Amino acid sequence: MAEPLLRLQGLCKNFGSLVVTDDVTLDIDAGEMHALIGPNGAGKTTLINQISGLIAPDAGAVFFIGNDITALPPETRALRGMSRTFQISSILPAFAVVENVALAVQARLGSSLRFFGNAAAEPELNIPAMAALEAAGIAHRAGVRAAALSHGEKRALELAIALAMQPRLLLLDEPMAGIGREETERLVDLLLRLKGQLTMILVEHDMAAVFALADRISVLIRGRLLTTGSPAQVRADPQVVAAYLGEQME
Amino acid sequence: MATALAAEAAKPALPAARRLILPAAIFLVLALLPVAAAFSGQQYLIDLATRVMVYAVAAVALDVLVGYGGLISFGHAAFIGLGAYAVGILSAHGISDALLALPVAIAASMLFAWLTGIVCLRTKGVYFIMITLAFGQMIFFVATSLAPYGGDNGLTVAARNTVAGLPLLKNDRAFYYVTLLCLLATYLFCRALVASRFGRVLRGGKENATRMATIGFTVRRFQLVAYIIAGGLGGLSGFLLANSTEFVSPAYMSWQQSGELIVMVILGGLGTLHGAILGTAAYLVIEEWLSGVTENWQVIFGPLLVLVVLFARGGLVGLGTTLRRGFFGGIGNG
Repeated sequence: MAEPLLRLQGLCKNFGSLVVTDDVTLDIDAGEMHALIGPNGAGKTTLINQISGLIAPDAGAVFFIGNDITALPPETRALRGMSRTFQISSILPAFAVVENVALAVQARLGSSLRFFGNAAAEPELNIPAMAALEAAGIAHRAGVRAAALSHGEKRALELAIALAMQPRLLLLDEPMAGIGREETERLVDLLLRLKGQLTMILVEHDMAAVFALADRISVLIRGRLLTTGSPAQVRADPQVVAAYLGEQME
Repeated sequence: MATALAAEAAKPALPAARRLILPAAIFLVLALLPVAAAFSGQQYLIDLATRVMVYAVAAVALDVLVGYGGLISFGHAAFIGLGAYAVGILSAHGISDALLALPVAIAASMLFAWLTGIVCLRTKGVYFIMITLAFGQMIFFVATSLAPYGGDNGLTVAARNTVAGLPLLKNDRAFYYVTLLCLLATYLFCRALVASRFGRVLRGGKENATRMATIGFTVRRFQLVAYIIAGGLGGLSGFLLANSTEFVSPAYMSWQQSGELIVMVILGGLGTLHGAILGTAAYLVIEEWLSGVTENWQVIFGPLLVLVVLFARGGLVGLGTTLRRGFFGGIGNG
């Protein structure tokens, strides 16, 4: 079998006496859409933070494209092809929407020690940025200050930033949280289109979306990986139904 | 489609011409001031305006750090002092040509900025303020203990620097225009800097450090480069200061001086660059005027600053907007 794109090996993390990640071992294959579900407080976001490098695990290791990246800072992981969105949208509020994305393009191009020339007028940055905005469906808001966007639009902007990085692995932390029915449908359509082109880990409470999108699903309960399997397997797993899905499906 | 939209998006909020009015007016006034002074016979105007421009060089550079980088450096006067001492010490050893003194002044400041910046930028927020203050005080006390160079009392610079052996800076009006050119160059350089790719990363770091890290920027490196550049410009300011006063003193790098620079930048309007020039002018002119009225001029100046911070958040540059909002939108909405 081919080497997985991402491998989590025995990850552990405690916040004081609270165990938030309990010996998590998981392989994510290239091209896979992997959903991570579980009740609130199960440690899903903490796990995403350990993958993206914002939190260091107490024990265990993270391998990305065959390399141990456990000790690498988030910026290095980003440059190696990992991008993410946040549960609470993380954008540059004072920047124009297009500038938010153009900055991600700039990071990828790696030529930021230029002291002259108006960055805002550079087609080399703006054209890929606009393409990402169009993919995320908010190109019409390109010139607006990011702070003026609605909640749903901010989520779309974050996704555009992530896409502009042309990642190998995209981490999505509750992208549907707090957005409307229509926007959720549009987002599901977009993610379906992206499926196969890049590897994704999706943390989400919207079970309709999860079962529509995921190739495999992992269930996290109190920091521990309960099971990993296909949507059908997970749906039929009595343990999962008892611990989590029961309340979600009602 | 994407290209058209990108061009649309690249349009600034204000037409470029309108944004140029205020900076152009400032430099026009500065350029014509010696003429007015000559007609009215008020020589002190030239001295005051020279002082304003000398400090404005440092203030504009500080605005890059504070207004664009979110780095509240409370030790910026250290760079002015280093630049000034470079001129003073070289002069004490008989080296008084600007072709050597100026590069030494700038290089010494940049070196100090590099060495201290590596340490300072490991901290954030209040700790950054404290550690820059600490390094500023450190170099202040070094200066006061430099017995061969006047210690506490400072040292007199024998004469203004020559340029390639020519006494180009000797004449006050000539020196005025050299200072004006330095300020203009500083302003244009910083203006280009903040709009460049580099400046965009610097501004992004102020906005959201986590986001910058997760798109792949090690913001601290860019902040260090900005800190070194601002330090070098502080050195330029110090070079000009030592030449204009023909005197060098540890007081140039006191923490009060660093505080005054921050006040100047805030007074003018953070994150505008030309606001820093206006703020410096306002600060020094008000100081000059009030100290003529009363010995305890700070008693009046203090409340004035409080009013600016409370009611004119955008500083002098934002005053127009503030007033419009005040009249038409009610002060509570401002």
